Amino acid sequence: MPERRSHSMPEALPGSIPAEGAVVASRLPVGLRRVPRGVDELATEHLVVNMGPQHPSTHGVLHILLELDGEEVIAAEASLGYLHRGIEKLAESRRYNQITTLVDRADYASGIHSEWAYALAVEELLGIEAPPKAQWIRALMGEINRLASHLLWYGTFGLDSGAMGPFLYCMRDREALLDILETVTGQRMMFNYVRPGGVAMDLPPEAEPMIRKFVAGFPRALSEFHDLITGNEIIQARIKGIGTIDAQTALAFGMTGGCLRGAGVPWDVRTAKPYGPYQQLDFSVPLGTVGDTWDRYMVRMEEMEQSLRMVGQLLEGIPEGEHMAKVPKVLRPPAGEAYACVESPRGELGIHLVSDGSDTPARMRMRSPALYNLSVIDEVLPGCLIADVVVIVGSLDIVLGEIDR
Amino acid sequence: MSDPGRDIVGALAALALMLTNGVVLIYMLRKVLGRFHLRLGPMRVGWRGLLQTPMDVVKLLTKEDFEPAMTDKWVFRLAPLVVFVPSFAAYLPLAFSPTLRFAGLETGALFILTALAIIPVGVLMAGWASNSKWSLLGGMRATAQQIAYEVPLLLALVGPVMLAGSLDMTEIVLSQQGAWLGVLPRWYVIPQFGAFVLFFIAALAELNQTPFDMSVAESELVEGFANEYSGMKFAFFFLAEFSNSFIIAALMVTLFFGGWLVPFVDPGLTAPIAPVVFLVKVYLVIFVLMWIRATLPRIRIDQLLAFGWKGMIPFGLLWILSTGLVMKLAEVTG
Repeated sequence: MPERRSHSMPEALPGSIPAEGAVVASRLPVGLRRVPRGVDELATEHLVVNMGPQHPSTHGVLHILLELDGEEVIAAEASLGYLHRGIEKLAESRRYNQITTLVDRADYASGIHSEWAYALAVEELLGIEAPPKAQWIRALMGEINRLASHLLWYGTFGLDSGAMGPFLYCMRDREALLDILETVTGQRMMFNYVRPGGVAMDLPPEAEPMIRKFVAGFPRALSEFHDLITGNEIIQARIKGIGTIDAQTALAFGMTGGCLRGAGVPWDVRTAKPYGPYQQLDFSVPLGTVGDTWDRYMVRMEEMEQSLRMVGQLLEGIPEGEHMAKVPKVLRPPAGEAYACVESPRGELGIHLVSDGSDTPARMRMRSPALYNLSVIDEVLPGCLIADVVVIVGSLDIVLGEIDR
Repeated sequence: MSDPGRDIVGALAALALMLTNGVVLIYMLRKVLGRFHLRLGPMRVGWRGLLQTPMDVVKLLTKEDFEPAMTDKWVFRLAPLVVFVPSFAAYLPLAFSPTLRFAGLETGALFILTALAIIPVGVLMAGWASNSKWSLLGGMRATAQQIAYEVPLLLALVGPVMLAGSLDMTEIVLSQQGAWLGVLPRWYVIPQFGAFVLFFIAALAELNQTPFDMSVAESELVEGFANEYSGMKFAFFFLAEFSNSFIIAALMVTLFFGGWLVPFVDPGLTAPIAPVVFLVKVYLVIFVLMWIRATLPRIRIDQLLAFGWKGMIPFGLLWILSTGLVMKLAEVTG
C-alpha cells in the first residue's frame, strides 16, 4: 500500500530555496506579523501568549497576541474576525426597512445609534426628513442608550481593574434604563425602533414617569460610582499616565469618541456636524488633557452627566406632531450615495449607503468607531505590563460585535 | 513529652475544623459578597442556599480527575498537596482557650508562618507543571509576591512577641489580660498599632486577597496558577485558600485582639465560652477581609512589589527598633 507509506519532506526543494524570512514567517502563529525577538541581553526567552479569544477581559472575542518579556509587553497584535457575521454583505440582500435589525446587532450595546445612523443615511437618499417629534424621541432614546452603554463600560472597566463591586452597582442603574427602553421600544436590546422616516412607535405615556424617576435618582448613583472607582488610590495609581495616546496619534489612527476627546481634541459629531435636535440642547463636550487612561475614564464619566442633562431637556422639549413621516411600504431610493454619521457611545458611527434604485442597497458600509479606536493598541501596548493591557483595552470601550460586524 | 494518642486526636480535630471551616467560609463568602454586590448569593439549593457548598463539594469529588496533556505529571499531582498540607499544619498551634489547643508548641506563632512559607513552592510547582503560559505567569507572580510579603508579616509578628515575651500562642493571649488605666483593654493592637497595620496589609497579600490577588487575577490571568486544575486537585487549592484566611485571622486575633479574652470581664467567667469568643473574633476579621475583597480593585504587580520591599519592610524594621527602645526605656525608668 504505497499510499500509506509515511513520507518525509525534503528540507528544501532543489532550485526553490525560499528566502530566510519567508520560512520563518510561515511558522508564525496566525495573526502575528513579525518574528518574536526571542532572546534578549539577559538571555531570557520571550513568551508569546494568546490573550483571548477566550479570556474574561477581552470584552467578547478579541484575540490579542502578546509577546512578553516576563510581564512586560514587547509587541501586541490584535487578531479580529471571531464575531464576523457579514452584516454589510447581508444588507445587500435585505430591503431597506429590514436592515435596521441587522445594524442593531453590530453594536449591541447601543443599538439606537446604529439604527439612527442608518435611518439618517436612508433619509438622505430618499431626500426626506423625519418629523421633529421623531427626531426628539430618537435623541431621547439615544442618550438613554448612551447612558446604558457607558454604564456597561464603567462596570466592565471595574472588572478589568479587579473590582467586582462596581459592575453590579452599575447594572442596577442600567436595569432601570433597559426597563425604559423596553417600555418605549418593546425590546431591551436590538430595538429595531428607529426606522427610516421616524420611529416605530410614539412614546408611551408610562415612559415619562419612569424617565423622570431615573433622572431624579441617577446623580446619587453617579456620585456612588465616583466613590467606588474615581476616588480610589489604587485605581489612580494604576491608570494615571498609563496608555497615553496623544492627540496626534489619536488623529492619525482615526480615533473618535471618548478616546479622541480624552486626548483633548474637541471632536463630537453632535456639535461638529449637528444632527437631530442637538443644536437646540444645552450641553458641553468633556475633554481630557494628555490622553492617558485616566483622561478617557474621566471623559466618559463626565459624558454621563451631560447625557443626563440632555435626557432632562429632551423630555421637556418633545414637540407635538407625527412620529413617522409619510414613507412608502417598500423603499426604493433613487440611485446615489449617502453617508450619515452619529456620535455613538464609542465615537463616530457612520453608515455609507450606495443605492442602485432597487429595493435593496447595492452596498452598505459601516464606519465602526471601535475598530479605529482598537487599532491603536499596536502602538500603545508595547512597554506596558499585562495588567495595563487589560485596563487600556478596557478604557478604549470596544464592542466586538461592531468591530467584526 | 506529650501523649501520642492526644496528638493524633488533636491532628484529626484540626483536619475536621479545616474541612468544616472551608465549607462554612465558602458559603459565607458567597453570601457576604452577594450582599455587598446588591444580590442575594446562593438561594436555590436548600434553605437560603445552605446546601450549595456541600453540593459543590459533591460535584468536585465526583468530577473526572483530568490532567491536560504534556503536564509534568508528578509535579502537577504533588502541587495541590504541597499547598494543602502546610495549610493544615498551620492549624496545629492555634489556641482556642487556655486549655483547648490541637498541639502545644512553644514556638507556635513562628511555626504558623513557617508552614505558610512553604505554600509558594506549591503554587510555583502548579504554575510550572501545568504546561500553560498563563499558569506559569500566575505561579511566578504568586512566588514573587509571597516572598515579598512574608518578610513584613514576620516583622509584624516581632513587636507583639517582644511585648509578650513568648512565641507560644496561649502565652501571647494570656499576656493581654487586664486593662491599661482601667479603660483600655491590654490588647496589643493599641501599643503595637503600627505592627497591626503592617500585619493586616501583609496578610492581605499573603492570602492573595484583593487588592493583592495577583496570582489568580481573574481579569488578567484568568485563574492564574490554578488554570489547568479541576476536580479534587482544584478543591485542594480552593480549600487551602480558605483555610489560610482562617489561620491568618486567628493569628491576627491572637496577636492583636486578645484571643479569647473579653475586655473588662474576668477570664474565669468567660472560660466556658472561650472558644466561641475566639471564633467570633476570627470570623469578624474574615468578614473585614471579605468586605475589602468585595470593594477594592487590584493593584499592579510592580507597584505591589515596590510597596512591599521599599515601604513595608523598612517600616517593619523601624517599628521593631522603636518597640525595643521604648521597652528598654520603660525598663530603665521603671
